Amino acid sequence: MPRLVSHPDEVKVVSKRFGQGAADIDKYIELGGYEAIRKCLAQGPDWVIEEMKASNLRGRGGAGFPTGMKWSFVPKQSAKPKYVLINGDESEPGTCKDHLIFLHDPHSVIEGTIIAGLAIGSRMGFIYLRGEYRYLLEIMEKAVADAYAKGFLGKNIFGTETEFQIITQSGAGAYEVGEESALMESLEGKRGVPRIKPPFPAVVGLYGGPTVINNAETIATVPHVISMGGAAFAGIGSPRNGGTRLFGISGHVERPGVYELPMGYNLKKMIYEVGGGVRGGRNLKAVVPGGSSTPVLLPEEIENLGMDFDQVGKAGSMLGSGGVVVIDDQTCIVEFALRTISFYQHESCGWCIPCREGTDWLKKSLTRFHAGFGTAKDIDNIRYLAENMMGRTFCPLGDAAAMPTLGFVKKFRKEFEDHLDGKPCPFAKHGAPELTIV
Amino acid sequence: MSAETMSIFSPNLAARFDALVEKYPLRRSALVPMLLYAQDEIGYLSDAVIAEVAHRIGITELDVRNVATYYSMLRFKPAGKYNVQVCTNISCMLRGAYDVYEKFQEELGIGHKGVTSDGIFSLEEVECIGACCWAPAIQVNYDFHDDLTPESVPGILAQYRNKSEGQNNA
Repeated sequence: MPRLVSHPDEVKVVSKRFGQGAADIDKYIELGGYEAIRKCLAQGPDWVIEEMKASNLRGRGGAGFPTGMKWSFVPKQSAKPKYVLINGDESEPGTCKDHLIFLHDPHSVIEGTIIAGLAIGSRMGFIYLRGEYRYLLEIMEKAVADAYAKGFLGKNIFGTETEFQIITQSGAGAYEVGEESALMESLEGKRGVPRIKPPFPAVVGLYGGPTVINNAETIATVPHVISMGGAAFAGIGSPRNGGTRLFGISGHVERPGVYELPMGYNLKKMIYEVGGGVRGGRNLKAVVPGGSSTPVLLPEEIENLGMDFDQVGKAGSMLGSGGVVVIDDQTCIVEFALRTISFYQHESCGWCIPCREGTDWLKKSLTRFHAGFGTAKDIDNIRYLAENMMGRTFCPLGDAAAMPTLGFVKKFRKEFEDHLDGKPCPFAKHGAPELTIV
Repeated sequence: MSAETMSIFSPNLAARFDALVEKYPLRRSALVPMLLYAQDEIGYLSDAVIAEVAHRIGITELDVRNVATYYSMLRFKPAGKYNVQVCTNISCMLRGAYDVYEKFQEELGIGHKGVTSDGIFSLEEVECIGACCWAPAIQVNYDFHDDLTPESVPGILAQYRNKSEGQNNA
């Protein structure tokens, strides 16, 4: 079972009910649950959207788009039904925050979904979980059934004239389905390939109707924003980055875990104080700040780095999904780069050629390189390939593969050079790894 | 064919299917989860499963195959009764996932996508399973096991072997 951790610097908003049995609906209500939706029903959709805008809450899936603004893009009048779609296809390596939300606080996802539905004038929401999360899907299914039994979902929610239905959905193994348009394709019973944009989902989305797609953590945050007020939530974080978020600290730290910290929290402190420092007293070599697709940062780059979308962006990387992966000085960056690109090669849906071919070539080059058969020209080729994938695909998976690769090659060129001309990997424990995933 | 008389699904699965297709604005939305639920019961997506799913949703078998081949959890030949899925992605790799994976290979005598001769175990190296902060982690069917070392491998295998024997003796 996932272990819960705690640190004095944490500000528990989204995680405040973790470990308290809030998967039980009565417990959730006892802990203040389903109060926010009642407030929203009393105040109406425009008020909800204004509170969300004031909160500066930005999408926790990785793109960081302001949630209130996203909701406001949905046309008020629509011939086709509107939908709310919750993305729980959590698959970005380094990310396991939604795992804990579904496990400990499933009703916050339901409550947030109803609020989003009310805000945009939708009568149906979908909560999509990755197929591997079966035990969490069962928890969500029970929570949804309990909410129906209480009259919180259905034709007349909370005794009002408002209707809202929720359907839970299982995926079947695909990182790409975490991309919003591929998610809609999967939900329509198709291969999870991206759609070309525009039109954007807010106008033409699921079944052709206007659709809002929010990450599970974003939606679980919504009831808290309503309860505490948008301005108060914004006050916790840094400018233009409202509130807290769940940071997953993994890799070579003493105390890995999911910690809830204010936006803008210093990354160095996050590793050394919250995460307990680098494991075994070793030195920090690098850190991936926001899931495997975000470019790597060096120790000197994190000294004064606040973890919010804008500051990490300015430092040349991305806050992404908040998955902080810590790498110690005994790690081979070429191997790390190879494992990263192997993932994207495996997950590329094959729809766009630069991504399908690019990830494959990068994996081949890095495999050869790590095995000691690289040439100096390969380093430039890897860079050339990655640069030419950027911005040339329908969805961000191509970029997600190219960006970290460019980071590794640019920042660790010397280490790539140390692998040249048949030299064995300086860090090899087992020799070159044979990757069996094809 | 009449689904009622020819069904290879158990009454439970058939009922689940019927309820599921009616829930959505579009019947086809049930396809991806239904393929997974059918696989859970039957073990893999046999030709008969594909045909029945196609029939129940009202699309062609080719359509079903086209979708099914996209998703990495869906398979077209049987796995072991307990499918051991070892994550070796970055967070797990940094904390020794390859050592854990090697130990599983050694103990089971099979490699990636192999099945033991008694059919009890199969092994797979998989991508991130969303347990990065409790790495290295694996899934056996849908159960998570985390914070592993090579030393924890024999115990996990024994646990499932006993479970299997318990079921056979029951």
